[in-house]
Amino acid sequence: MQYDHIIITTFYSMAFDSKVPKGPLENKWTEYKDHCKLVNPANKRKLEIIVIGTGLAGASAAASLGEMGYKVKSFCFQDSPRRAHSIAAQGGINAAKNYQNDGDSVFRLFYDTLKGGDYRSRDSNVYRLAEVSANIIDQCVAQGVPFAREYGGLLSNRSFGGVQVQRTFYAAGQTGQQLLLGAYSALERQVALGNVQVYDRHEMQEVVHIDGKARGIIARNMMTGELERHFGYAVLICSGGYGNVYFLSTNAMGSNVTAAWKAHKQGAYFANPCMTQIHPTCIPVTGDHQSKLTLMSESLRNDGRIWVPKQKDDKRKANQIPEQERDYYLERRYPAFGNLVPRDVASRAAKERCDAGYGVGTTKQAVYLDFTEAINRYGKIECGKHGIDNPSAEIIRHHGLEVVKEKYGNLFDMYEKITGENPYEVPMRIYPAIHYTMGGLWVDYELMTSVQGLYCLGEANYSDHGANRLGASALMQGLADGYFVIPYTLGNYLAGEIYHKPISTDHEAFATAEKQVAQRIAKLMGIKGKHSVDHFHKRLGKIMWEYCGMARNEAGLKQAIQEIRELRAEFWQDLRIPGSDKEYNPELDKAGRVADFLELGELMCLDALDRAESCGGHFREESQTPEGEALRNDEKFMYVSAWEFKSVGEWELHKEPLIFEKIQPTQRNYK
Amino acid sequence: MSFLEMFDVLNERLIEEGEDPIAFDHDCREGICGACSMVIDGKPHGPWAQNTTCQLHMRAFQDGDTIIVEPWRAKAFPVVKDLMVDRSAFDRVIQAGGYISVNTGNPADANAIPIDKKSADDAFAAAACIGCGACVAACKNSSAMLFAGAKVSQLALLPQGDPERKTRVIEMVAQMDKEGFGSCTATGACEATCPKGISITNIARLNKEYMRAILSSEEA
Ligand SMILES: Cc1cc2nc3c(=O)[nH]c(=O)nc-3n(C[C@H](O)[C@H](O)[C@H](O)COP(=O)(O)OP(=O)(O)OC[C@H]3O[C@@H](n4cnc5c(N)ncnc54)[C@H](O)[C@@H]3O)c2cc1C
Ligand code: SF4
Ligand code: FES
Repeated sequence: MQYDHIIITTFYSMAFDSKVPKGPLENKWTEYKDHCKLVNPANKRKLEIIVIGTGLAGASAAASLGEMGYKVKSFCFQDSPRRAHSIAAQGGINAAKNYQNDGDSVFRLFYDTLKGGDYRSRDSNVYRLAEVSANIIDQCVAQGVPFAREYGGLLSNRSFGGVQVQRTFYAAGQTGQQLLLGAYSALERQVALGNVQVYDRHEMQEVVHIDGKARGIIARNMMTGELERHFGYAVLICSGGYGNVYFLSTNAMGSNVTAAWKAHKQGAYFANPCMTQIHPTCIPVTGDHQSKLTLMSESLRNDGRIWVPKQKDDKRKANQIPEQERDYYLERRYPAFGNLVPRDVASRAAKERCDAGYGVGTTKQAVYLDFTEAINRYGKIECGKHGIDNPSAEIIRHHGLEVVKEKYGNLFDMYEKITGENPYEVPMRIYPAIHYTMGGLWVDYELMTSVQGLYCLGEANYSDHGANRLGASALMQGLADGYFVIPYTLGNYLAGEIYHKPISTDHEAFATAEKQVAQRIAKLMGIKGKHSVDHFHKRLGKIMWEYCGMARNEAGLKQAIQEIRELRAEFWQDLRIPGSDKEYNPELDKAGRVADFLELGELMCLDALDRAESCGGHFREESQTPEGEALRNDEKFMYVSAWEFKSVGEWELHKEPLIFEKIQPTQRNYK
Repeated sequence: MSFLEMFDVLNERLIEEGEDPIAFDHDCREGICGACSMVIDGKPHGPWAQNTTCQLHMRAFQDGDTIIVEPWRAKAFPVVKDLMVDRSAFDRVIQAGGYISVNTGNPADANAIPIDKKSADDAFAAAACIGCGACVAACKNSSAMLFAGAKVSQLALLPQGDPERKTRVIEMVAQMDKEGFGSCTATGACEATCPKGISITNIARLNKEYMRAILSSEEA
């Protein structure tokens, strides 16, 4: 393939083996566990493991490996492992428990996740995820995670998008917080027992490679600027997603791609980089100084109804628009799933309405999310429960408000603090925003990247969500990877490594890696240009959102690649970082991250260009149905793209073919 | 514009003018990670009730107001730079016993132990603590009792936490002393400041747990 100055070399290759066990789908994981190699307890004590990240994936992995007897070094850039970005997850976590007796099963969770991802993920990994999902809930409850419960004392469930069963467990709108604190306390227990050492305010800057295997890292102590060498028999990257390449996203300010990107440049393939998720319900952008976007959990779509006025450019306030003049466009277009269609579908539908001139609010880039009907419905149920006959509208509303407050109180409060509007009184205004990245480092069935001994867990890998992630599945995946998968698969590799002695950090590979990091920092500090890091980051974000956001096309993507290359050149000539590199210097930290985003952004566009089909969150305007739905092209694109880094701006594409054992991919239909 | 976005604008200006920007802790910017930590006009997290620094908005102030911003002040939280402090003492208090000792493996089915809704809700309310340290910063004794009380309560309210109930509270209290947090004289400044509305009844519960643990270990 050749596009102007963009060359994509393609290999339909099995150059890399995904190590999927043989046998029927439902037996693979049991088979694997029954036959994988084990490391005996005395040897585990001698094996040091490095875990980058303390989110759900990293904390659960580090704690579990510590419990098993390995010596773990755990890194995060925040001042405490408890502050990892997972803490912000709101709505819930899926598990195939079938507590609601509504027909749920491992197969159904597997099927929903694979279909939700528009058939662009590896079925064996997804099946395993569904299989271990029930254990996650048991594990968390045993740790004291206070999930929501019914009056009878049993666990409560809610619905999330893209499915027709209630399988989502939650703790108000703070599910991520509660799950992370569970994993964090397990981690701190291992710290107390001496099995895990935490390095907070440390940033991983390089992977150390010896004889084709990952053997350690170079980390920077962010408080002193000192570069540290750490040896490990294996390195686990659990560094989260790269949504901040768009500058504005629902991610935390520090979320970044650096750890994964360094691994990529050391040989780990980057898979499906263009697969990003745009979440339909976020608080809209208000001004130029905005630093991030805030999510309003998908759980709100259980009860909120989304609408815009039927009339174009309607200037009336929401409350003044009568019922018959409102267009509940999701219910209209998708009667079977209504407001609970998957995220990609809901986001595109909002964009379609706004682009057509029906948007609301001052910017016209917003739609309403309205709880009036839910308040009324719950109010009536409560009045019934309390035996109130012929309640007035006011009494009904009073009781209804209480129910809605209990379910979503913290989200409503958050909304009010940001917008200054009371969502109990007026409908919320929402618009899609960058939220999650399905793409990430390519991993095999064991979660090992294309580099021996280098693993990737959680949002940082591409493994389970294909072209679109269903709500409440990221928390599930992070904990599945950390608690239930890596404890087995890592042992299978390390059993062969015990014959190697630990390598001294005086080894020349460590010295070379450290020198590279130091040179790069010196180069960044030495630019002494005019503009701050944010100046470049915002510009990159605009390019990405414009050309590689909710809708993409060939001309735009080529334009974006050109613009990113120019911006990257400008960054390296005109960046200004104040202060020194021998102290806490947040500008330097940001600069390193944005430098990596400037390389990643190009790869995302390249991948989006290569994939001339629409699937899930990746919408190529050239490939749509007459109704404007995403149109897959299974004949040409039934593969995971896995990009091998050659040099900055140059990659080689490998394709992992996707073969589905148990299900026949169909065009997704949520009507 | 949010309060921290105001700092972004200020810092951007300082950088473009060749000055050093002001260092402060932040990450999620939506009131949940507990990183942000500024004393604003004498109040940890500023003027709004049940709010974090990152959720404070400039509409809380008048045009032309002078705003005084300081870091948390407490012996156990040394200042590391500008508005940043070291709160690792909190991690060590958790290490002392803020967990249930259960290994990853095969626990019982999650619905095997029903928990009445009230205990579950109370445990959740206590577990909502974000570990920001505003309670310590607000307290004239720099006591960490609200933080520790929240964790002790969460685990004491749940049947899973029962077996380690005594050692947990004794060890966590001992660690707080070791870190240099002061004692509690029940002024209630912590509760009034806490962004997550953690109730002071959690301190009462910690005290009760502590007495019980001491008395029963003396009996033994
Ligand atoms: C607002 C919001 C709400 C969400 N709600 C839900 C939900 O309800 N349900 C759901 O399933 N999912 C939800 N998600 C998605 C989910 O929260 C994330 O995908 C998931 O938590 C990611 O976990 P993780 O462990 O992979 O990474 P993270 O939690 O992002 O952790 C990354 C870790 O890596 C560390 N790190 C990164 N780079 C480096 C480096 N170079 N050196 C050292 N350390 C590094 C960080 O310090 C951090 O500890 C939500 C996401 C957002 C943004
Ligand atoms: S108790 Fe409140 S003020 Fe104290 S650390 Fe927890 S959330 Fe912050
Ligand atoms: S920045 Fe996370 S709570 Fe304020």
